[in-house]
Amino acid sequence: MALNLNPNFSEAGKRYFSAYSPGDDFYEMLINTHRDLSDEQSELLNARLILLLANHIGDIGTLREALSAAREGV
Amino acid sequence: MLKTYNYPKFEYRTPPEISSGKTLKVPVVVVGAGPVGLGAALDLQLHDIPVLVLDEDDTVSIGSRGVCYAKRALEILDRYGVGEAVCNKGVSWNVGRTFFRDQEVYNFNLVPEPDHHRPGMVNLQQYYLEEYMAARAASRPNLELRWKNKVVSVTQSGKTVTLKVETEDGFYSVEADWLIAADGARSPIRRMLGLEVEGKIFMDRFLIADVVMKADFPAERWFWFDPPFHPGQSVLLHKQADSVFRIDFQLGWDADPEEEKKPENVLPRIKAMLGDQREFELEWVSVYTFQCRRMGSFNHGRVLFVGDAAHQVSPFGARGANSGLQDADNLGWKLKLVIDGKAPEKLLDSYSEERVFAADENLMNSTRSTDFITPKSKVSRTFRNAVLGLAKNYPFGRALVNSGRLSVPAFLTASSLNTPDEAPTAFAGRMLPGAPMDDAPVLDNGDEGWLLDKVGNQFFALYFADDPNALDAATVDALSNLSFGSIAVQALVISSKPGVVNGGIPNLEDPRGIAAQRYDAKHGTVYLLRPDQHVAARWRTLDAQKVKAAVAKATCNA
Repeated sequence: MALNLNPNFSEAGKRYFSAYSPGDDFYEMLINTHRDLSDEQSELLNARLILLLANHIGDIGTLREALSAAREGV
Repeated sequence: MLKTYNYPKFEYRTPPEISSGKTLKVPVVVVGAGPVGLGAALDLQLHDIPVLVLDEDDTVSIGSRGVCYAKRALEILDRYGVGEAVCNKGVSWNVGRTFFRDQEVYNFNLVPEPDHHRPGMVNLQQYYLEEYMAARAASRPNLELRWKNKVVSVTQSGKTVTLKVETEDGFYSVEADWLIAADGARSPIRRMLGLEVEGKIFMDRFLIADVVMKADFPAERWFWFDPPFHPGQSVLLHKQADSVFRIDFQLGWDADPEEEKKPENVLPRIKAMLGDQREFELEWVSVYTFQCRRMGSFNHGRVLFVGDAAHQVSPFGARGANSGLQDADNLGWKLKLVIDGKAPEKLLDSYSEERVFAADENLMNSTRSTDFITPKSKVSRTFRNAVLGLAKNYPFGRALVNSGRLSVPAFLTASSLNTPDEAPTAFAGRMLPGAPMDDAPVLDNGDEGWLLDKVGNQFFALYFADDPNALDAATVDALSNLSFGSIAVQALVISSKPGVVNGGIPNLEDPRGIAAQRYDAKHGTVYLLRPDQHVAARWRTLDAQKVKAAVAKATCNA
């Protein structure tokens, strides 16, 4: 499965009236999850999150693409 | 002092009550003649309610302040009779550029959706908007503007609000049945009544400068994250009327406002931003702060709070004046029905309910923008910078860049005034109960016009028909008898074909079927529309009893 690089956030049962809303919903949750953590704790949280999401995606080809896209701009 | 704009000076006249010693009695007094107070006054004037407006000043907003007026606000201003002036003077822009450090990350072109009267937004200095609104208000009957009249005390007792007003010639008293407080973020009325404004307090300072460009400069919106000429902060450049550009420099809370305002500190910042070759003149500069908060309830007895007096948001997304005008839009018709004794005072609780909902949405969106623009932690900054980096190459990254989400009206889908759809799948599209109406081009007796200009100020029932000439007698009879008691409901037939409806019911032509498409209408579809151009209810077939019941629900008469 090719890596989806288009906006792709949504929540079941939720109706959106602006295209940016689901992405903003996610971004707020992401930042809130880090609230009150030290920098080290945040780093650990991010690592755990990546592992959870990677396992959920599962497809190694897709993950290879994502890893490469992430590395490219660093 | 501004070189491109001459401030009007509104005439102060000695109030006759000062020499007569009499108390002035009025149904409604509006305190504050900014865009929201004038909007509320113009709304009530459309409903033939006499209004007195008091303002402690005698001119318009100093400096550009509010810059961006969004589509829904323009549509409301159309109802108030100033939309055309604002759109003619205002500047439209479509291209936005986003920069991160020294690079342009991406740009976008907001091509307006066709077949709407008004664009997504126009940029205009707030003083022009206020000038047009004040001129309109001064020309209307039943609307009295009193400049340099300062409210110094307010008390509520039973059904009366008593104000003490100070002028240069002395004091006088006003007794009003209703008070609309439109006196801004620091609202003296709110303070005098001992009412709290609660919420998340976010503090930041911005340096805002109005700059006149000496040569052509594109009508585009430029937003910088962390630019080399202003490291660690954000900068926004926006075009306004008269070749005046507005520049907002984020300063952070610790900045010294007096120091930052000095030309020797402002000019180098602007030069660094525009490059040495651009010639410009600094017209106005100011430092402002903001907070994100709202009152728990916008109605307190006979005092109704609108605009910044009720709720304040960060400036990202232009949600201040735009949402304040929507407060006026929501309040006017409800207060009219209550004053006329056609609806219980409880209807004004729905003003608070609906506008609190909208304020929370505005607070949420502007707070999200603020958090993206000004990350509060190291990890938040890392994510923000990662989004900006990904935005250069990937559409999903661009969608996450949040430099302000332009004000759009709230969909009041949870409002207690709505009559829900009979079946959840009966309609497609977004014109569900509580939705602000979508516009569409229509023909009225062959003349080109707009759907939104044909409705509003009272309840309408929009009936979609295949052929206006072929409506049966029972339908015509039902459409002629939709009013709920003394609350009138005007039927309006809309069809893709020209023709005449029996019984003198007005009709519109929807020649390209755009209204039918936007409202997912078929032959027989009915929409009940509120006086503020929101959908109250809709059905696939006309049943006059259901329409009447929905009007009762929408006016707290059920």
